[in-house]
Amino acid sequence: MVRRRFSFGLVSRLSSPIYGRSPCSGGIWTPCLGQKRSFMTAKDLVESEEPEKKVTNRINMFSAINQALHTVLDSDPKSYVFGEDVGFGGVFRCTTALRDKFGRHRVFNTPLCEQAIVGFGIGLASMGNRAIAEIQFADYIFPALDQIVNEAAKYRYRSGNLFNCGGLTVRAPYGAVGHGGHYHSQSPEAFFCHVPGIKVVIPRSPSQAKGLLLASIRDPNPVVFFEPKWLYRLAVEEVPVDDYTLPLSSAEVMRKGSDITLVGWGAQLAIMEEACDEVSKLGISCELIDLRTLIPWDKELVEDSVNKTGRLLVSHEAPVTGGFGAEIAASITNSCFLRLQAPVSRVCGLDTPFPLVFEPFYMPTKNKCLLSNQNNVILDIDCTRPILFGKRAPHAVL
Amino acid sequence: MVLGRSFEDMCAQMYYRGKMFGFVHLYNGQEAVSTGFIKLLKQTDFVTSTYRDHVHALSKGVPARQVMAELFGKSTGCCRGQGGSMHMFSAEHGLLGGFAFIGEGIPVAVGAAFTSKYKREVLKEEGDMPVSIAFFGDGTANNGQFFECLNMAQLWKLPVIFVVENNLWAIGMSHYRSTSDPEIWKKGPAFGMASAHVDGMDVLKVREVAKEAVERARRGDGPTLIECETYRFRGHSLADPDELRAPAEKAHYAARDPIVALKKYLLDNEIATEAELKSIEKKIDEVVEDAVEFADASPLPGRSQLLENVFADPKGFGIGPDGRYRCEDPGFTAGTAQV
Repeated sequence: MVRRRFSFGLVSRLSSPIYGRSPCSGGIWTPCLGQKRSFMTAKDLVESEEPEKKVTNRINMFSAINQALHTVLDSDPKSYVFGEDVGFGGVFRCTTALRDKFGRHRVFNTPLCEQAIVGFGIGLASMGNRAIAEIQFADYIFPALDQIVNEAAKYRYRSGNLFNCGGLTVRAPYGAVGHGGHYHSQSPEAFFCHVPGIKVVIPRSPSQAKGLLLASIRDPNPVVFFEPKWLYRLAVEEVPVDDYTLPLSSAEVMRKGSDITLVGWGAQLAIMEEACDEVSKLGISCELIDLRTLIPWDKELVEDSVNKTGRLLVSHEAPVTGGFGAEIAASITNSCFLRLQAPVSRVCGLDTPFPLVFEPFYMPTKNKCLLSNQNNVILDIDCTRPILFGKRAPHAVL
Repeated sequence: MVLGRSFEDMCAQMYYRGKMFGFVHLYNGQEAVSTGFIKLLKQTDFVTSTYRDHVHALSKGVPARQVMAELFGKSTGCCRGQGGSMHMFSAEHGLLGGFAFIGEGIPVAVGAAFTSKYKREVLKEEGDMPVSIAFFGDGTANNGQFFECLNMAQLWKLPVIFVVENNLWAIGMSHYRSTSDPEIWKKGPAFGMASAHVDGMDVLKVREVAKEAVERARRGDGPTLIECETYRFRGHSLADPDELRAPAEKAHYAARDPIVALKKYLLDNEIATEAELKSIEKKIDEVVEDAVEFADASPLPGRSQLLENVFADPKGFGIGPDGRYRCEDPGFTAGTAQV
């Protein structure tokens, strides 16, 4: 059985007319130099370069974030960091030493009122300040959801660009941590991805965190920055000491492959990497993509990758129904339908509240990724190896 | 109070031995508030609490065994292992929950108070009006939900008592540095509500004020706001190194330990002898040890419990009409998913 190559003409009629595609050459799809269709991105305003190999320090994620905050407060006298307990360094030590260096009028604790913290941040931002609000755990962001959705996201729009709260960055630790339970482990990114007007950014490692946070703070739009709390101390990496930014709305290919595309963000990528390693022993080559910015997300890169591999697996910790994986799946199915060899798999958390003792069963673990991966992939075209075509997982039996 | 203190100390031991996990917040030092208020309540009265709820549960009558089992995450716990340290519930004893999220318990207590009043006045049910007490901290007194509930409760004259356990610290935030007017009891009169401030380290004083508040509520005179000045001897949680509080402050309050104070009072006024107090302590130790053994011996909840109680109808989600779980996880119960 020969893997069919779809003709360029057929696909181009189906894909959006705004995307240009260069002629298919040797089966590799390459993007054309046309305009990007996505929302206005910060690409034009931010240096799009990876951190070059300069002087680096081996630090963990909370130190990297701390460095980014130090850099911002140094460079802009009208920037402020506030939230619950940020004065002494925060419960995750991300704001250590900021108050000592920059003073209580720039780094201050707020009372326990998330709605007011973010609302106050919007007010500061609308007056031209850089407001970096910390929500202690992403689970507590829901009182502030009203302010973010109804005010921050719509400020520029409804004032006809007279005012904007682009200076607002809301930072929140999200995600499972092993012992967090219902209210210290949630991943609420999907709620925010449904709101036009804000950006949602999630780093996967210390160096990414520093660059993305600096880019988010300097982005002229309000950004919700989720930090994977599991990685605060666990992830240790060489991080450049100087000031650098990474482009928003630009996904990154962490490893190249040809059989299946895996898309994820944050702490989940570490698990997906392990799954990729395991599966490569079976001869399946995985392309792993870190989305980095969830909205507006880098559709082009993911589409190019899926057009290359023909398969997609999305994985996130949030519950599967209505999670951001659903948006990616729908979008890719729409644009790459004839190229897809199997339905898009989503390996995500279960549709229950985040459990206490049952966390290991709830989480999208490496083994769940593996099983889904294997069910999804056509292994090879020569008939010596078995072919699995879009085999759906059997219903669980108790 | 002694049960509360011993229990919490045992919790700390068990935590450091790895028997329980998650975030555990201990109540050491604040026992007078819990005992002073809750011991005046009947089983039909309601209590809502915060994440620091172990001793509230014990005071309300939940057996120590069930609380300890819940902490260990076992299926014999008061919430069948699904709630954990911060979510103690008991329908039998009227404990409407510990709440991990601050301020979320206050509206719940107000709702329960409305039910009490409605049942008695409109449905003309017999018996005493069940009273609700909402416990929360000084940090919560700056939260929107607190003010909204004060207004609602006073507007509708509900039988609810708002008890602020002011221990001066919200994790690392000092009450004086985060509140414009640190005297929380003064916020009641702004809503036309009766308020009081009491020394929360003295159980007898707390009991006196509590008695008045509970009687007010039962008579139908409306809500009360009571600020109890108290202190927690340990850190915010067992993961908190507790470096921020001045040793002088800690020493000041340690000298006012409610258990020690009550002991002294009992001995001075010859209400009890040394031997009797010792025997009480011994009995409490046995209760706590028995609770630990029970919790240890209890089974962990079955895997199927993960999908239970998401909705009211277990078949509405999770179990299909053919009786099998509709979980998208391929290996969930097939035994192949290794965790």
